[in-house]
This record gives sequence, C-alpha cells and structure tokens, in this order.
Amino acid sequence: MSLGERCRPDFPILSRIVNGHPLVYLDSAASSQKPASVIEAVQRYYETSHANVHRSIHTLGEEATELYEGARDAVRAFIGARSREEIVFTRGTTESINLVAQAVGRTLGPGDEILVTELEHHSNLVPWQMVCRDRGTVLRAIPVLPDGYLDLDTYARLLTPRTRVVAVAHVSNVLGTINPVARMVEQAHRVGALVLLDGAQAVPHVPVDVAALGADFYAFSGHKMLGPTGIGVLHGRREVLERLEPAWGGGEMIKEVWIDRAQWNDLPWRFEPGTPPIAGAVGLHAAVEYLSKLGMAQVSAHEQALTALTMEALGRIPGVSLYGPANPEMKGAVVAFNVEGIHPHDGAAALDLHGIAVRAGHHCAQPLMKRLGIVGTLRASFSVYSTALDVQRLADGVAGILGEL
Amino acid sequence: MALYSTVIRDRFRQPRYRGTLERPDVSGEDVNPLCGDRVRVQARLADGRVVEGRWTGDCCAISAASADVLLEMVTGQPAARVRELTPQSILDRLDSDIRPSRMKCVALPLTVLQGALAKEATP
Repeated sequence: MSLGERCRPDFPILSRIVNGHPLVYLDSAASSQKPASVIEAVQRYYETSHANVHRSIHTLGEEATELYEGARDAVRAFIGARSREEIVFTRGTTESINLVAQAVGRTLGPGDEILVTELEHHSNLVPWQMVCRDRGTVLRAIPVLPDGYLDLDTYARLLTPRTRVVAVAHVSNVLGTINPVARMVEQAHRVGALVLLDGAQAVPHVPVDVAALGADFYAFSGHKMLGPTGIGVLHGRREVLERLEPAWGGGEMIKEVWIDRAQWNDLPWRFEPGTPPIAGAVGLHAAVEYLSKLGMAQVSAHEQALTALTMEALGRIPGVSLYGPANPEMKGAVVAFNVEGIHPHDGAAALDLHGIAVRAGHHCAQPLMKRLGIVGTLRASFSVYSTALDVQRLADGVAGILGEL
Repeated sequence: MALYSTVIRDRFRQPRYRGTLERPDVSGEDVNPLCGDRVRVQARLADGRVVEGRWTGDCCAISAASADVLLEMVTGQPAARVRELTPQSILDRLDSDIRPSRMKCVALPLTVLQGALAKEATP
C-alpha cells in the first residue's frame, strides 16, 4: 500500500462527495487538508486547556503556556534549528516575511539593494517593494530561465557589496523548481547580505534542515503542512535576531515599560507582540508529529513519484503544455500546466464538475506569468494523502476538458 | 450537468463582437484581480448612442461571453441606458447560474465599458 493510501483514512474531509463524485483534492500547495489528529488536538485544547499564555497565574494559563511553548520545541526539532530562541511564531509565511522586511528594512537606505527572483510568490516580493518605496532601496530580480531554473550566472553578477538582502523561494509554488538555496546563501553571505528563504512550499514536502541551509531567515506556514490556518513560523539565526529591533510593538514583546519607552523581551518573544495563535501552535505541533512519524524522506519520495506520474500522464494528452523543470527530481510537489485554447479558470471549473480540485490562475506570481507570457496556469499539487488514483482521475478529467466547452 | 450554459459556450466558441475598431470614440481596459485577465472594450458613438462596439482580451469563457452579449445588448442603445445596466442584466442574457467567485468575470466587461463612457462624459 502506498503512503498516500495509508494516509487517506486519517483525513476526514477526503471522504466528501463533490458534485456527485468522490473528492480528488489536488490543491495542497494552496492549503493542505488536516488529519484527525490535528483537528482533535485543536478541539481538545479549546475544550480543556484554553487560556491566555505566559502571564496567567492559574492552571489553565500554565497548561496553555506549556502547550504553546511545547509546539515551539517540536518545530525547532522538525526543522533542525539550533535553539528554541530561533523559532518565532507568526500568523503565516506572509507575516513572517513582512516581519523581516519591516525589521531589516529599517536598517536599509538609498544605494542599498535587495535581490529577489522572478519566480517569487507576491508575499516574498511586495513586502520588499514596500521597503524600497520607504527607504529608497533598490530592488533587483534574478531572472528565471525558460527551463524553469534560476539564472545563477546573473545572480552571481547581481551580488555586490551593495546587496543587503537576498529573498528567495526554497521551492517555487508554480514551477516547483527546487532552488539551490544552500549555495545561494553561501554566495550571498560572501558579500555580507542577509538571506531570507520562503519555505512555504518546502517544509511540507522535503526534509528541511535550517542549520545546514545557513539562511538568516526561513519562513513557512502551518496550514500548508497539515496544520491549522493562522499559524506560521519565522526561523531566524540567533545572532541576527539578537541585533534586530522588533518589527511591531505590543504586549508580550517587552520586559519593562515606562510611559516614554520600553525594554524589549528576550528572544523569541521580542518578535511576538499580542496574544499569539495558541490553538494554531497546538495544531501545528500535532501536524509536525504526524509528518515526523511518516518521515519527510518518505513523504518527499512519495510526492516526487506522483509529480513524475502526473507529468507523464498530462504530457501524453494532446494540447497540454507543462511548465517548470522537465526533471521531476528537481521539482517540489506541484505540476503547472495549460490546455491549449482553454482559460485556466474554465479548466478548473470543468474539473470541479468531476469533484477534482485544482488551482487556476496566476498563483500570486504575476511577474512569473508575465515572464512566461501567459495569463495563468492550472496547477495540481500533492500532499501525503495524494494517490496515483487522484492522478489518474485528473488525467481523465483534463483529457475531457475540451468536450465541456 | 453542463459546465456552462449554451449561450456561454456558443459565445465563447463563436464570438460576434470580438475585434477592434479603427476609430473608437471610447475605449477602456481593466484587469480582473482574481485571475489577471485583461479585457478591452471599444465603442463608436453617434448622437449619444452606441453604434458599434468590439472587445478583445485573453480571458475565460465567462468573461468572453459576457463581453460579447454586452456589446450586442448596447449596440443602438443610448449611452445613458448603458450606464444603468447591472451585472444581473448580463447574467439574465447569459442564461446561467454563476458562482459568486466568478461574478467578477461577468461584471468586468460591463465595468470597463461604463468606465470608458464615464470618461467620455466628463470633458
């Protein structure tokens, strides 16, 4: 039995019937479904232990704090961070990136440069555009080559002592390209730039060891990795976080406050103002346990096999074009494609009639769409519960799209 | 269950008003934030009436059909009447249930045309 077939019964939503057909959920890159263990952990927390964390001198408050901080330890171990002080909880990848953009942005000025890539999700692009607007900093982009890989020669040329930040997706949410980030981090550090990696499409699908990658910041979301919405993680290298001013103020992030000033709290709470997403952290903890039990190497092998199978099955259908690296081993768990003469939204609506959920559109990567010269694509994406049968039903559905219009 | 109504499928396959005008009196263009689709609408006016209209765009079947029936509906009509049209009037003509998530696709060509006419009205 494949990993996907073994996992399916753990995900209650997968037994749904959609438009008269058993659900085929191939939109996990947008948001994954949740196993019963995650749903139950969140419910149990609200039913038995909910209170605000950290300053509640009562039993429930202590239990909630223990659960919240326990989640931090689990996440630390899952991504190989050196210490719990390096794990900042946020509301998602977008907030993690904005936190870094705000905090690091304040240290930048005219003449400084920020490097992004043409394949970034808007969430790793727009926050940097805002920094540039506010600080007079210059934004430059590493081009994407027609085969879906980054143009690393140009990257090497763009890196100069003026480069202060390099912000790159670990795995592209459209093309699936697994970028050579460890090498890119090393190059950036040689010119003294800070590196932020957007790991939203990596952590749920491939083993990630942040200490080995060496990036200064690593951002990801809970809801794409079987956890709840509203919880995200920012990993920051301790020595970098220590010298950074907090992005936002509020309760919890302070040690002492006077009417005219405040002293910041220790790491990681310095970067966590306000009541944190406690239930989200509890659910994320359960998600991390679920993935750890499966083993990320197994998860990655399973999804890569499905990616290869999908590329093969869709590639055989006349009129279908695939985007991104041709080698499935260089791709994350996504396959972007188009059907000739069919707008992606019409294609997705046609597949939905058969209970097949795929993403359609620009995938929050409009500069990449412009580079590819298309308005959008269809995108099938996988998670632990995806199966070869899902891929077969997708291929059958895609083959029939032209007949629907 | 069919994906789209016969009207939508027919207009998508064989649009009657797709193309460009050589000397339009008004033209407008906008993007659907949902998908990044761009729709461009042009019209010639005479005596306050729309006498001819054309649309272009890389867009979905719903937007394409919506633009096509819109230009059919407004040809020969006073510009003032066009300003009163609502997405519902287009929906009725499309003879289709459209999900809320796709209503922007229905509304876009109308918004573009009304915007272009409003620009014309303000000297």
